[in-house]
Amino acid sequence: MTLLPILVLAVGTFGFRIAGPLLSERLQLSARVQELMSMATIAMLAALVATSTLMAQGGFAGWARPAGVFVGALLAWRRLPFIAVVVAAAVTAAGLRLLGVP
Amino acid sequence: MGNVDRALVRDVGAVALASGVVGVSFGALAVAAGLSVWMALFMSVVVFAGGAQFVAVGMVAAGATPVAAVFAGLLLNARHLPFGMAVADVLGKRWPMRLLGAHLMVDESVAFALAQREPGRKRAAYWLCGGMLFVAWNMGVVVGGWAGRTVGNPELLGLDAAFPASMLALLLPSLLPPKEADASEVVKRKATKGRRVALVGALIALAATPLLPAGVPVLLSILAVGVALR
Repeated sequence: MTLLPILVLAVGTFGFRIAGPLLSERLQLSARVQELMSMATIAMLAALVATSTLMAQGGFAGWARPAGVFVGALLAWRRLPFIAVVVAAAVTAAGLRLLGVP
Repeated sequence: MGNVDRALVRDVGAVALASGVVGVSFGALAVAAGLSVWMALFMSVVVFAGGAQFVAVGMVAAGATPVAAVFAGLLLNARHLPFGMAVADVLGKRWPMRLLGAHLMVDESVAFALAQREPGRKRAAYWLCGGMLFVAWNMGVVVGGWAGRTVGNPELLGLDAAFPASMLALLLPSLLPPKEADASEVVKRKATKGRRVALVGALIALAATPLLPAGVPVLLSILAVGVALR
């Protein structure tokens, strides 16, 4: 990987990042549209959670990872501290892998 | 920053630590793929998007053309455009802050902002998370670049489960009705809508993942907003 592709990726990524704030200023989004944008964020974050829990390279990620996320989700739902959620998810997945679960 | 409390620093710290360790593995991968440590760090500072960095470096290492690698990375990062429309208020109106804030836009900082209710706390959470992640990620890349192949796989530490679990925990306040008995009808209705949108969005992305290039399924999930229109 050389300098030029890195720069193109950086400039393009920053373009995506700055376009949102600029567009929302230009378009003077109504409260209704702003609410829809936060719904769109919920949809995308939920999509990220689902795909990064279950999929790897376009196929199933194996059982250890979703099991870890499930334990974390259970703790989050029981309103345990955030740090407990993150640690429990990681420890569950790592523990299962130690036991040979893929 | 009166809106930063210890709980927020601790929560963001946990995510930053996990991100730093993933940064270590990126640094190791990049060096193994032929980048110098300093080039790997430069890439991490200017791109600052873990998923796209892994994809681009991995593709070039596997023999893809740089054009294809950059295209795949950009496709993965296109989600920042709608994210940016949602967090525009958080970035403020002043240009230097807006440019810097846009660069700190990552899944985690957007999710931390979404999880807060008051505007002041949204801003504090976004900037703290973006800033700490930027430092942790780039430090991790340098460490990984120096350590090279001796560093293990972050999957052995279960960190691949930590990312979705932390995002889910941050998403939950938007999906569950608040505990307080005095929560208004409006807030409850919003949570109900949020649950539907999240479920449909997740299903769309899962169905699309085997069929479409990485990045597109997450963009398609925006269609789930349709169920909130009624």
